[in-house]
Amino acid sequence: MYLLFYISGAIAIFATVMTITRLNAIHALLYFVVSLLSVAVVFYILGAPFIAALEVIIYAGAIMVLFIFVVMMMNLGQRAVELESQWLSPRMWIGPEILAAVLIAEVVYLLSRTPVEVHAIEFVEPQEVGPALFGPYLIGVELASMLLLGALVGAYHLGYRKPKAVENLNADDTDATRAAAGGDTVRAGHDRPVSAA
Amino acid sequence: MRRNLVFTLMSIEIMLNAAGLAFIAAGAHWIQAEGQVMFLFILAMAASEVSVGLALLLRLYQQHGVLDADSASEMKG
Amino acid sequence: MLQLTGIIPAIPFFSFLLLAIFGPRMARRAVSVTGVGSIGASAIISGIITAAFISAPPAGWAYHEVIWRWMSVSSFQADIGFYLDALSLVMVLVITFVAFLIHLYSTEYMEGDEGYSRFFAYMNLFVASMIMLVLADNLLLLYLGWEGVGLCSYLLIGFWYTDPANGRAARKAFIVTRVGDTSMVIGLFLIFQRLGTLNIQELMHRASLQWPAGAAVAIAAAALLLGGAVGKSAQLPLQTWLPDAMAGPTPTSALIHAATMVTAGVYLIARTHVLFSLAPPVMLAVAVIGAATLLLAGCSALTQRDIKRVLAYSTISQIGYMFLALGVGAWSAAIFHFMTHAFFKALLFLAAGAVIQAQHEEHDIFKMGGLRRMIPITFWAFLISGCALAGLPIITAGFYSKGMILWGAWSSPQGAPALWIAGLVGVLLTSLYIFRVIFVAFFGEAQIPVEHPPRLAKNLSMIVLSVLSIGAGWVNLPSYLGNKLWLNDLLYTALPAVAERPAGWLTEGWSEGIVTAAFVVGLIVAYGLYLRHRGATRPLTENALGRAIHEFWSADWGFDFAYDKLLVAPVMWFAQVDKRDFIDKFYDGLAALSRACYRALSATESGRVRWYAASIVGGTVIFVFLVLFL
Repeated sequence: MYLLFYISGAIAIFATVMTITRLNAIHALLYFVVSLLSVAVVFYILGAPFIAALEVIIYAGAIMVLFIFVVMMMNLGQRAVELESQWLSPRMWIGPEILAAVLIAEVVYLLSRTPVEVHAIEFVEPQEVGPALFGPYLIGVELASMLLLGALVGAYHLGYRKPKAVENLNADDTDATRAAAGGDTVRAGHDRPVSAA
Repeated sequence: MRRNLVFTLMSIEIMLNAAGLAFIAAGAHWIQAEGQVMFLFILAMAASEVSVGLALLLRLYQQHGVLDADSASEMKG
Repeated sequence: MLQLTGIIPAIPFFSFLLLAIFGPRMARRAVSVTGVGSIGASAIISGIITAAFISAPPAGWAYHEVIWRWMSVSSFQADIGFYLDALSLVMVLVITFVAFLIHLYSTEYMEGDEGYSRFFAYMNLFVASMIMLVLADNLLLLYLGWEGVGLCSYLLIGFWYTDPANGRAARKAFIVTRVGDTSMVIGLFLIFQRLGTLNIQELMHRASLQWPAGAAVAIAAAALLLGGAVGKSAQLPLQTWLPDAMAGPTPTSALIHAATMVTAGVYLIARTHVLFSLAPPVMLAVAVIGAATLLLAGCSALTQRDIKRVLAYSTISQIGYMFLALGVGAWSAAIFHFMTHAFFKALLFLAAGAVIQAQHEEHDIFKMGGLRRMIPITFWAFLISGCALAGLPIITAGFYSKGMILWGAWSSPQGAPALWIAGLVGVLLTSLYIFRVIFVAFFGEAQIPVEHPPRLAKNLSMIVLSVLSIGAGWVNLPSYLGNKLWLNDLLYTALPAVAERPAGWLTEGWSEGIVTAAFVVGLIVAYGLYLRHRGATRPLTENALGRAIHEFWSADWGFDFAYDKLLVAPVMWFAQVDKRDFIDKFYDGLAALSRACYRALSATESGRVRWYAASIVGGTVIFVFLVLFL
């Protein structure tokens, strides 16, 4: 049991590290899905089967799929990858690395202060979670539903585009109009480098 | 810090997931249902945040043609 | 009935508030009714109170009423209180009545002006302050009125503020009188410190008990008060502001700078006469200042071309007469002259204002002429008041008051023949300069056609004042005409009587005769120089010495020049030099510091999401660190 736990944990950590260091957005998202799946296994081992299922279905199955669809819709090409490699220079991530290291140190220190007794894992059945949701945490459920409603309306409204007369589908035109953006542009259209305008 | 906004949003998801993991672990430690309840809320919140965030991302992309986070700096000063 | 005393300053004050707040929105007619009506009401009430006072005088011939306690700080108390005795009664009556007539006149004079309501607001405030000054029972309240009239003088001189010259004149008036006011305040401090009270009757009582005559502290206190009086009344050496104050509207000049405010100094000295009596050197100084001023101003008036400046110097000169009277101990004579002077000088100014408006705003008398036929009522008004000023015998008021002063200068124990002679020369000069103006401006051929002849309001005020200028002297008939000194008898209840020396070779009648002779001489000379032979003065002024004297007298005997070079220029130079001193640097430093902080803080608002996220993370790290380890 514990061996499985450590293996899934290692896979989760490794997958997450890969996520944040990839240049290609799709690669990163796929690694993240792997991370989510391994975390779901961890949840099951910790005694939350219901949550493990939810993690797979909702988080990995809905949210990440949404992410992947949108990124695919944006049609980032090779150009984007080159741009990312420019942006992800060592000079860039040294600062955040230091901050993260300090944070990790603080967390480890905190955790090491309080001795934790290890006991057997007991399953917390869905039959316990359900009444808790409908009992003391009812308001939270209602609020969550309102939140989701708001997100729904907001996402619909933000995503709505009035149909233009003629949408510019010709990539040459978009190239020309966006060439003056200074520097490189990550643009929709054909996967070829920007011709010097 | 990553300039590409997709990665920024993805990092937010990672963080939410991590927080949820902490909650479940705590719930398992004290063998209570509350940890899972919190995770459910986090999940719902993450879902709504992702949808709105992605819609905004699309908007930004339409307006600026780039996914650069620094291009949206019109509120400077 | 005497309880109505408190209302006399209150009505104009409330009228001022009304006009100040609502004036711009009120109709012209409403403003006129409010402005003039308030003063009219005050005048009527003063008349009622005068009748009540004379017919049923209160105990000790003084009515004292305290409205409320103004301040009470450890050993110092000051009240808002009114003290009505014969002196303040006469002052209040004259002030309100003359002010009423001048307000009536101004409804026509200022009718085209867009600052109409502002004018009446200021004038009403002025009347309220002046009444307060006169009725005050303690020196602090008197000083409040003193400052109030100074403020209104400033506001009204600079009434047409869009012209910077008017602003300069107003500032000059305020600053010069300020010098006097400072002296007066120091005097108040000294009096309070030594006598423990500022209540006028009380302090005079204590001073007469505690200070022997000629004591140094009495001299100091009286001299300091004299400084204040000199400033406000435009006597030597602080007389330079009055001629320039003619930049204000003519009703202002009539009210403030002829009839009332400039006499505040005279009132102050008369009010605190005990203090002055205890300091004979100061009394002598008062008389000498009065005599010197009247001569100086008379000479200057002779050389002026602007009709209002002639009258300004004339005012300075006449107040010199009042100071002369005060200095020799003829207190009631000074107040009598104040009364008659208020009437005829106000009339002179009002008539001059009518002339100015009739002559297209022309002030130079040599550009006018022939007004005798064109604006007859104004001419007669000016002639009557001019004769009153110069002292036409029997039928004008000025004759009586001036005669009494000169007789006092001769016969009083503190008087001296030199002072009498100075007064006599003054009469000659007065007659000369006023008839100069009359003959040049009103006789001869018309040069400028008449534009706005005066109508009802102006004419009515001028006629009433003319009657007063003729008849006001008859309240005090001197010894050779019946010796019925009604006004003096009233005033002797408040002021000490003049003790007369044993008469020498000069009796009052002879003194009057010589004064009349001086008047006639002046009249004849003026006639000869200005009417008969129009250019007769030219050889005098074309001569080098004559021109030099003319320039000197015209420039106020060099006082303006001297003050400018000695006092004004160094201060201005120093202000220029001191523009960027270390105090400025300190405040500049503060401003620079806030600018630097602004720049630093605005740099944190880069608009970039990554930067904000990074700062959140950094803040979290620091916060956790603090919570963990501190």
